[in-house]
Amino acid sequence: MKVLVAVKRVVDYNVKIRIKPDGSGVDTANLKMSMNPFDEIAVEEAVRWKEKGHAAEVVLIGIGPQAAQDTLRTGLAMGADRAVLVKTETETEPLAVAKLIAAVAKTEKPDVILLGKQAIDDDSNQTGQMLAALLGLPQGTFISAAKPDEAGRITVIREIDGGLETLSLATPCVLTTDLRLNEPRYASLPNIMKAKKKPLDVTTPADLGVDVAPRLALLKVAEPPTRKAGVIVGSVAELVDKLKNEAKVL
Amino acid sequence: MRALVIAEHDNRHLKPATLAAAEAARQLGGGVDILVAGARCAAVAEAAAAIPGVETVLLADDAVFEQALAEPLADLIAGLAGGYDALLAAATAAGKNVMPRVAALLDVQQVSDIVAVVSPDTFVRPIYAGNALATVRSADAKKVITVRTTAFEAAAGSGAAAVKPVAAVADAGLSQFLERRVTESVRPELTSARVIVAGGRGIGSDGAFALVSQLADILGGAVGASRAAVDAGFIPNDAQVGQTGKIVAPDLYIAVGISGAIQHLAGMKDSKVIVAINKDGEAPIFQVADYGLVADVFEAVPALIDCLNR
Repeated sequence: MKVLVAVKRVVDYNVKIRIKPDGSGVDTANLKMSMNPFDEIAVEEAVRWKEKGHAAEVVLIGIGPQAAQDTLRTGLAMGADRAVLVKTETETEPLAVAKLIAAVAKTEKPDVILLGKQAIDDDSNQTGQMLAALLGLPQGTFISAAKPDEAGRITVIREIDGGLETLSLATPCVLTTDLRLNEPRYASLPNIMKAKKKPLDVTTPADLGVDVAPRLALLKVAEPPTRKAGVIVGSVAELVDKLKNEAKVL
Repeated sequence: MRALVIAEHDNRHLKPATLAAAEAARQLGGGVDILVAGARCAAVAEAAAAIPGVETVLLADDAVFEQALAEPLADLIAGLAGGYDALLAAATAAGKNVMPRVAALLDVQQVSDIVAVVSPDTFVRPIYAGNALATVRSADAKKVITVRTTAFEAAAGSGAAAVKPVAAVADAGLSQFLERRVTESVRPELTSARVIVAGGRGIGSDGAFALVSQLADILGGAVGASRAAVDAGFIPNDAQVGQTGKIVAPDLYIAVGISGAIQHLAGMKDSKVIVAINKDGEAPIFQVADYGLVADVFEAVPALIDCLNR
């Protein structure tokens, strides 16, 4: 089985972002960048499948500027075999990203495509579902467990509102990861060194024949309304009194 | 401008999230229809027909839609899209699963999780865990939209829409439903509860989490959790409140032993009144709390329960 994993370079989850004073966007210059946490889980799952003998090859795909190479190298250090960078300086929206991955998937012919369920920068939660639609494949979104079976199908457990759902998917298929699928490993220093020698091909949207022109115009980015500072109460009795008589919620 | 809202339901009951999507659709300014796709779901169609402002309920009642699998459902919606300028669903696990698939079938860039309609093509949506609000204008002829349910209050009143059957689609058999385990609870649903009591890592153990549930029950509220509490196995995943879990905005949110990581705050900071109980006075949760109590949760929560019982 061949697994294709999509990884995105995003502002690190611990960094508090700043909005540009003119409201034209988020200032990402000089911020610490990392692999999107959900994509890390996707890479980890694919590498585990390889270690268990379910997967023969794990290929990464990243879309972004030259610096997105660093994120792909991180995935290679975690245990992926090779990587493809679709190099573009344009901000790509989920539909364009799905089209680029679909174009690469047509030549790579993976049995499973793994993606994070959402990127923590634009919080769209779209790419995996769009990719499945473009390729006419079944989708298993927000998965917390996945098991390939003898018949060449994948059984997944999905996190849904109110509980869990189990589906059996034909392959090829598209899976998107939720938080509890696994705990990603840290790459060891020797593996980081080894990853530098692993193959990393570079292509472009034009090479793939994909139009990545944005469909959404970003008109403004603003701070969310801030809550006014509250008070620290001295006791449980005072808290109950305030909730009853001041906030009137009890 | 005509909008189609995708109803969310379990074949018996219409989920309240649908009402928020219908309200966002109404704000687009044109006619609103609603699609109920399921199996033996006539009762849901009846409930949908009573949503104020809805003109027609399209009912696709067929075994193929029983489990709301994304593949046949997206095919159905995309097939109906010709008559509409906008397609909307709630940004719940179900809506997030199916709508991007619909959008790609129609070659549309979806606008996810909108919190405001500025005009029929311009919307506000949170990005970076709600730390910024982006206003975006869609250039696509058709809009595909998911709606943050806490941002749109259901319109009051009641309607009497006509119910019109629509044909099912063929099932390509791409995915097969095996099982669904839904947490049975007598408590209100997290996303529509008036009061939520949520616990975090500070609760310390599985057993101690019962304190959170007890407090919730006294207040007639729902039980929520931070990611840390879910990861520690104190409570099932569907209770997680935050950027990638549930987005809630109750009248009263009591955070017990929750430090307040930005990812958690993203899911609850629009609550009307926030109470934080934590022994660490420096915890970031106090920066968004209206009332903070710096105390050991094992002393404060039993005392609070006692006080409320009196």
